[in-house]
Amino acid sequence: MDLTVYVWRQRNSKAKGSFERHELTGISEDSSFLEMLDTLNGILIEQGNEPFAFEHDCREGICGSCSMSINGRPHGHKKLTTACQLHMRTFSSGDVIYVEPFRAGAFPVVKDLVTDRSAFDRIQQSGGFVSVSTGAAPEANATPIEKEFSDEAFDAAACIGCGACVSACPNGSAMLFTAAKVVHLGLLPQGQAEQTDRVLSMVDQMDKEGFGGCTNHGECQEACPKGISIKYITKMNRDYIRATVKRAVSLRGKMKAQ
Amino acid sequence: MSLKLDSKIPAGPLEEKWQKHKASIKLVSPANKRKYSIVVIGTGLAGASAAASFGELGYNVKSFCFQDSPRRAHSIAAQGGINAAKNYQNDGDSVFRLFYDTIKGGDFRAREANVYRLAQLSVNIIDQCVAQGVPFARDYGGLLANRSFGGAQVSRTFYAKGQTGQQLLLGAYAALNRQIHAGTVAMFPHTEMLDLIISDGRCRGVIVRDLRTGEITPHVADAVVLATGGYSNVFYLSTNAKNCNVTATWRAYKHGAGFANPCFTQIHPTSIPVSGEHQSKLTLMSESLRNDGRVWVPKAQGDRRRPAEIPENERDYYLERRYPSFGNLSPRDIASRAAKERCDAGYGVGPMGLGVYLDFSDAINRLGKDVIESRYGNLFDMYANIAGENPYATPMRIYPAPHYTMGGLWVDYNLMTTIPGLFAAGEANFSDHGANRLGASALMQGLADGYFVLPNTIGDYLAGQKPGEFSTDHADVKEAKGRVGERLDGFLAMQGSKPVDFYHRKLGRVMWDKCGMSRSESGLKEAISEIGEIREEFWQNARVGGDGQDLNQELEKAGRVADFFDFAELMCVDALNREESCGGHFREEHQTQDGEAKRDDEKFCYGAVWSPGGAQGKHELTKEPLSFENVTLSTRSYK
Repeated sequence: MDLTVYVWRQRNSKAKGSFERHELTGISEDSSFLEMLDTLNGILIEQGNEPFAFEHDCREGICGSCSMSINGRPHGHKKLTTACQLHMRTFSSGDVIYVEPFRAGAFPVVKDLVTDRSAFDRIQQSGGFVSVSTGAAPEANATPIEKEFSDEAFDAAACIGCGACVSACPNGSAMLFTAAKVVHLGLLPQGQAEQTDRVLSMVDQMDKEGFGGCTNHGECQEACPKGISIKYITKMNRDYIRATVKRAVSLRGKMKAQ
Repeated sequence: MSLKLDSKIPAGPLEEKWQKHKASIKLVSPANKRKYSIVVIGTGLAGASAAASFGELGYNVKSFCFQDSPRRAHSIAAQGGINAAKNYQNDGDSVFRLFYDTIKGGDFRAREANVYRLAQLSVNIIDQCVAQGVPFARDYGGLLANRSFGGAQVSRTFYAKGQTGQQLLLGAYAALNRQIHAGTVAMFPHTEMLDLIISDGRCRGVIVRDLRTGEITPHVADAVVLATGGYSNVFYLSTNAKNCNVTATWRAYKHGAGFANPCFTQIHPTSIPVSGEHQSKLTLMSESLRNDGRVWVPKAQGDRRRPAEIPENERDYYLERRYPSFGNLSPRDIASRAAKERCDAGYGVGPMGLGVYLDFSDAINRLGKDVIESRYGNLFDMYANIAGENPYATPMRIYPAPHYTMGGLWVDYNLMTTIPGLFAAGEANFSDHGANRLGASALMQGLADGYFVLPNTIGDYLAGQKPGEFSTDHADVKEAKGRVGERLDGFLAMQGSKPVDFYHRKLGRVMWDKCGMSRSESGLKEAISEIGEIREEFWQNARVGGDGQDLNQELEKAGRVADFFDFAELMCVDALNREESCGGHFREEHQTQDGEAKRDDEKFCYGAVWSPGGAQGKHELTKEPLSFENVTLSTRSYK
């Protein structure tokens, strides 16, 4: 295949970036999108130029490292597919392809196609866990969990934390990402005890990180390579409202006691 | 220097060793724990679970990973499942049976005491993970489901679709996040360990580089844990993530830590075959697929018909034929060699003839497409993406690929290396899998080490140390930091024109051909000299470019590949020394008439532990003899 690729070049978060044009010939249809970029980088190095930096690791669609938009779409045109799993046979020879980093205010560009997604980790740290220390667990089969809930929890937990949802959202919102974790733990009996605190602190942290709010565009669900459903946002909103009321009632209770 | 190996295996009956050991080792009091600092390198299952558990205990922990988030460590990609001797299926499983299967699966080259402890702890792991909210597969009654894996005749594997590693890692990542939130763990993402600080024979910390700023920083600690995974990427093409490397454990070796059984590498039988020169990695198709998939090749050599056109009686289900009692669920080493044997003999399928079929048509007819989709949906999608074929309609094509490394840093029963204060956990150590790992046992070992073993054993070492007596002002810290800087400058100064990957690919080719699925004396000797030549070329002709002050992925690669060159040589030396065939190590000179591995228990019933030194001034061998008191050494047969 012969291709024209425009790849985003940006020295660091402060520098101004721009697209750089390259012509590629003889790319194998069987190669993945990242292997196409490997080929381009190999050529650049041999020419004495600097290769493009891009984040990648497992190349199996599960680690969530990929953080590039292809022709304006996070991870490219193929549904339910990360950039590393996108194969060149889904393009045609002669295509012009634009490659740029995920765009979002809360994901500053580190270099070229690499973005800083540490805000996601901080959201998780604020409450995305069950407080059970090692050794304190009861026998696993002591609590049966309805298969339906358990399967649904799995579907929510399948999020790979790549950030495509944020990048696809016109508001740069992280609601789908946050909801996936809140709902995963909220559906399981193990997650109940802390659900009120969890949803309040995770949403609070999400706001602090500068992500936008959700106005129901649904772009996140479209872009998600793991098919995380937008219905989880509804579920999280419900938990959030319940938690706010619960918190208010308990605060009022404390005031009375004083 | 010759090593003094003390495995510290507790005395007494096998079943009581761990309990007795825990009851007799030294403790650090709760009030004193915060005075001790522990550095953990790597945030996969072993590293994340260890760091979180240390934090819960009250130690002062620093955790490092080179990925941009701890959640991306390569454990995330494990597909099939995790073993545990829960016996929920009432099919005769027990701690002893899991222990026995693991010892036998490892071809009797692992320590009994370690493996028994692993089997004991397996049940606690499942409890812990469920309590964290890991959504394992469940039956309609709401209880946990199981499936079977290779090398076992019971169903003891717990799973979460084909994403078990992801779910377990997200559990450990959550536990780690809880400690980061509590302030007991300081997390350093996108930070790579480049050297250890060794002073007065003890490990006192690490030198790390921030991959985004290039800053090189020392971190001193009272103990260091390496949970840095395996070295399958020495083959360039493997199922490991692209950035997996041997650097941390190889740096430890350079400082004198014993490296055990480096030639014990696992070639997984079911990976998607190579499609061309552009290939950057190989993708595994989980072993769990062999529960429902049947492996076959055409009975006629060079049969190029489409699989659907080949009638049943012209198909050779060679695993079922050769190993009737385990059939398609034969252990990995056996299944891989059997595939290679068929392909070498000219029966392989696919464009390059390097493939065999994994066929689900029987299972789809029997159970329906929906059931197969619910069990393996994500794997089938992945296959369709990569191979461009629909596996529901036509059999998958698969071929063996490097996947896991049983060898690793030698550790004692406490998981401490031969360098006091330096520990190794998970795939980075050599302890539990002998010469071949059974499926669904890597996740089990990583979590056993991190959640349950190290949190107990590290205290025994720390209790004998005065906390915080070593500081960054020490001359040895300055020296270690200088060493790292010089090495990086060396890479940046390389004046060639070829990318680092070019040489990594070359190295991988040699290793695959000569130190891969089968090995011979002449091949290994050739490999050692070829590795030397390619390494020379690399230093002459590679180019890194850029500078060390910001994100420079070529510089990262150069350091990792340079270590792979040195390590590859040791791997071949070990393979040359081990004049027997066992587990994943197959020496062509040592096979039975029907091509099965021929083990030599008289001469090689030992762990081969290497350290720098020896007659040629390179690698010296120390042996850890293995004694088997609870199992009888037998020829491993799956027939």
